Amino acid sequence: MSTVNYQSTAEFLHRAETEKKDVFRITADYPDMTIDDAYKIQEKLVAIKLGQGHRVIGPKMGLTSQAKMKQMNVEEPIYGYIFDYMVVPEGGALSMQELIHPKVEAEIAFVLGKDIEGPGMTGAQVLAATEYVVPALEIIDSRYENFKFTLPDVIADNASSSRVVIGNRVTDPAGLELDLVGVTLSINGEIKDFGAGAAVVGHPANSIAMLANMLARKGEKLKAGDVILSGAVTGAVMLSVGDTVSAKLDGLGEVSFKVIE
Amino acid sequence: MNTTTKAEKTEKFAEHLDQANIQGRGVSPLTKLDPNLTVREAYQVQLLTIQKQLEAGQKIVGKKIGLTSVAMQNLLGVDQPDYGHLLNGMVIENGEEISFHKVLQPKVEAEIAFVLKKDLAGPRVTEMDVLQATDYVLPALEIVDSRIADWNIKLQDTIADNASSGLYVLGGKPLSIDKLDLAQVGMVLYKNGEIMNTGVGAAALGHPATCVAWLANKLFEYGITLKAGEVILSGALSAAISGEPGDHFQARFAHLGEVNVRFSNKVDQ
Repeated sequence: MSTVNYQSTAEFLHRAETEKKDVFRITADYPDMTIDDAYKIQEKLVAIKLGQGHRVIGPKMGLTSQAKMKQMNVEEPIYGYIFDYMVVPEGGALSMQELIHPKVEAEIAFVLGKDIEGPGMTGAQVLAATEYVVPALEIIDSRYENFKFTLPDVIADNASSSRVVIGNRVTDPAGLELDLVGVTLSINGEIKDFGAGAAVVGHPANSIAMLANMLARKGEKLKAGDVILSGAVTGAVMLSVGDTVSAKLDGLGEVSFKVIE
Repeated sequence: MNTTTKAEKTEKFAEHLDQANIQGRGVSPLTKLDPNLTVREAYQVQLLTIQKQLEAGQKIVGKKIGLTSVAMQNLLGVDQPDYGHLLNGMVIENGEEISFHKVLQPKVEAEIAFVLKKDLAGPRVTEMDVLQATDYVLPALEIVDSRIADWNIKLQDTIADNASSGLYVLGGKPLSIDKLDLAQVGMVLYKNGEIMNTGVGAAALGHPATCVAWLANKLFEYGITLKAGEVILSGALSAAISGEPGDHFQARFAHLGEVNVRFSNKVDQ
């Protein structure tokens, strides 16, 4: 049994991202890796990116659907961090050659008006602290071959975070029932998947509350101005060059991008 | 095949399906009895079955559209929906309990129900015609059921079996479609308080009104018109979930409200 070297494992995953070269899951070498180990690797990975001058625009939630949690045999979602370099402008182009094997999911993004600090945070308190919600498309791109990973692998890999497109219409959530927001994800005009907000741990605001409570364990909080992805409402759909991807969210508007070489 | 034998076959198949109701368990597929059964013949079996129920005192109160999702169409290897008739005996009030002896192998689907204020006669009915003819919409649960054992159905089997209709529940309160984008209406389906799946109006052929327009045009082939006041179940917004005795189902819809129903614990009453 070998001890995990957080720094070198983080560098290994960072290289996979920058060189666009998928790697075998790290738990193959470290079968005893714990969730705590995995988040420590993620912290080192985040530190590397910050050291290069990148800025965190907000944390994000992953594995928020019942189906994914069952598939991974976990009871709570995971989190990662979205950086400024990951942002693709609304209506803009996603460059395929910068990525490995990207997939897209439709989500509701929260922008906070006030800090939120766990533990004991609830969905209702999240809504009260939310300045507005925005439609978003998250592009996930696991650094692992064929998206084959265990829970510690994906946590260490910054929850597969890769790119994000944020819509340009903001809405006060006060007048919305976010768990009932109908969402369609289309590629080249054809609906590929759909769902309602409740697909995200029962209610997207509950997902943000869970995130605040998880971050509290390491003494962190969600901050005013953070743009937070609450988790996928739809399944993840593979992308190809030439795709025009769009999501429609009832009451929130639309968001789209195209995939280029 | 001459006319007499055709009528006899329709009669025989209608009686075969009715055996499921009499015996309280599913029967063998019609497509096993006759692998060459056509869609048109299957609809003739359905129409005869409905005719018999009308003679027994039932009234037609509406129609339902089935096989409106890409997933269901792929499962049965078809590229278009089917339809069935709604009779007054299929109505369950919102929140009521369903005796399990009323069903064989029920599954629950959440749908948007249309109630018309104008007749809709095909052909060439468009989505806009449907919206203009719609009095209001309601959230609905359809309890689909099959007279064919183990749901071992092909397209012709379900068509002959009244598109696998069972019972239905209307909930919420009448809502005008004014300012509603039915394609984006979100829905959450719960069984015993647990989320089973979520859906959206667009799951039904891209837009629920597209389903109703398809129905109006399809019915033209059989000389039938959709009538003002009829209830139309436009198609499932998510996958069907099996129901067992004691199960409680609820669907919550954006804008439209909720609808719920419970299956009785008592199996033999």
